[in-house]
Amino acid sequence: MGYPHRPHAKETVVLSEYFGDAEARTYDGWVKRGGYQALKKALGMTPDAIIEEIKASGLRGRGGAGFPTGLKWSFMPKGDGKPHYLVCNADESEPGTFKDREIMRWTPHQLIEGCAIGAYSIGAERCYIYIRGEFTEPWRIMNAAVAEAYQNGALGDNVFGSGKRIDIVLHRGAGAYICGEETAMMNSIEGRRGNPRIKPPFPAQAGLFGMPTTINNVETLTATSHILNRGAAWYKGLCLNNPKSTGTKLFSVCGHVMKPGNFEITMGFPMKDLIHDLAGGMRPGRRLKAVIPGGSSVPIMTAAEAEAALCDYEGIIEKGSMLGSAGFIVMDDSADLVYEIYRLAKFYAHESCAQCTQCREGTAWTTKILERILKGEGKPSDLDLLLDLSDQMTGKTICVLSDSCATPIVSGIKKFPEEFEAYLSRAKAPALAAV
Amino acid sequence: MSAPGSRPVLHQLGGVASGHGHGHGHAEQPYAPVFVGDALAELQALFPKYPTKRACLLPALWIVQERRGWISPEAIDEIGTVLELSPAYIRGVATFYTMYHLHPVGRHFIQVCGTSPCHLCGSDQVLDAIVRETGCGEVGATSADGRFTVVEVECLGACGFATPVLIDDDFHDSVTPEQVPGLLARYS
Repeated sequence: MGYPHRPHAKETVVLSEYFGDAEARTYDGWVKRGGYQALKKALGMTPDAIIEEIKASGLRGRGGAGFPTGLKWSFMPKGDGKPHYLVCNADESEPGTFKDREIMRWTPHQLIEGCAIGAYSIGAERCYIYIRGEFTEPWRIMNAAVAEAYQNGALGDNVFGSGKRIDIVLHRGAGAYICGEETAMMNSIEGRRGNPRIKPPFPAQAGLFGMPTTINNVETLTATSHILNRGAAWYKGLCLNNPKSTGTKLFSVCGHVMKPGNFEITMGFPMKDLIHDLAGGMRPGRRLKAVIPGGSSVPIMTAAEAEAALCDYEGIIEKGSMLGSAGFIVMDDSADLVYEIYRLAKFYAHESCAQCTQCREGTAWTTKILERILKGEGKPSDLDLLLDLSDQMTGKTICVLSDSCATPIVSGIKKFPEEFEAYLSRAKAPALAAV
Repeated sequence: MSAPGSRPVLHQLGGVASGHGHGHGHAEQPYAPVFVGDALAELQALFPKYPTKRACLLPALWIVQERRGWISPEAIDEIGTVLELSPAYIRGVATFYTMYHLHPVGRHFIQVCGTSPCHLCGSDQVLDAIVRETGCGEVGATSADGRFTVVEVECLGACGFATPVLIDDDFHDSVTPEQVPGLLARYS
């Protein structure tokens, strides 16, 4: 997708309004576009009043879990005398998802403002933004923007003369998908291996450095300034008859579409229009076969399910999958689903932190079995074996990486059994060379 | 996020667990410490940003890699001294993260995304072209002239811009096999 990005007429542009506008990256440019008004307004409100406003807006976590943001903030203890921390999750690594990258590349101050609002609301003086190591360009842009924000009093020991202290520290990851899991991220910031922690204790009780902590996704924090500027009622109105899923959301669409990219739409938007209109539809002569809509960790949808779904938390569940991080992997009839599922399993096997047996062994063995099937060496019992292994990998580990590996496998076998049967019956030539 | 088994010359890690390396090619010169002058100041400037020195470990490893190209056992010892951590602990952390090089790599380190979204869009052909044009011969290897190391990595987070290729710190979008020779010519 090229920039400047001219929004499609069906987009509702809030977070992405200035994508492609290089001047918006600077402090002055951001202020000229209405930036930092929301932070100034927030500093004149009580944290409780902000949390109530965010609750009323219906904003839910954009990283994948969809937990109500205002409610999450309200879990932070009050008057406990301990340091509180906000952690902004910018470790965007979920295959299919590339929205936070664009927020940081084009509107770094939009994120800084959201982080400052979030930090103030939960009683934190310090926010760590954890940026994945591969995001070299966002890292440079965010560093420059944070420095500018300090120079202009938007960060520091007396933010805009309010007497409030808000610091932002950028922390660079170093190549580990699992660090996007919130407790693994806290370990990584602490200088440890990125192993997820057992919950409880939940981060709001004992999180980063043992202190009360809230972790929010980039897009979630970015939305807060718009809610404060334009009001919870406005945000809540941006939906299609479903008050549980409100606001706009960036949908990343990639794979077999003519115009891959990020599209900002209101919750409840028809998935059919997102794929076939906004993202340009299929290549000539091709038809839609499957969609993985939430980043790679959610069930695969058939074309019929996808074309009937509405893009919000409930609408996608109704059609057999989940919204997740809204990273759409679109596959046309040229795609080999068995191979793509194998490639995803290989991803999870590589990224497992190997703490839990079910995950360490399960991700590795499902990958090997899928590899065997693709080599034309599959056994008739392999599908049952994959389903049995997947069952052992689901709901039994510290974090959900193991479940995420099992999900595309189980949904793939159930929804596209003929693709697997073609390899098992040797009707289809092996996709991988036998060694 | 290099693929499993893709790391070249792993034997250079062996036999240097004491931290005083006799790895190939760097034992003849006296070791020049990293954490003196600017680099030490850069690391110490991070101390107020974290409540523990341990939390400065990932940034410290980055400082070493940016200045030396890889993280040697001697550098791990140095980090241990500054941050009051054992070399064994540091090695345990460093090996968890795939972006830290614990052995020397080529002058230019090339990471090509190969996860499903990019695979659907032809990342295999881009990787093949890069392996061929660099003279690396195979994924994970370093070219004989030491100019390039090529690895396939998991999702680079730019799936709408397939195929993304990270060369050192330069992120290249939407790379096609045809663009590969011109792209590589920019890295001497």
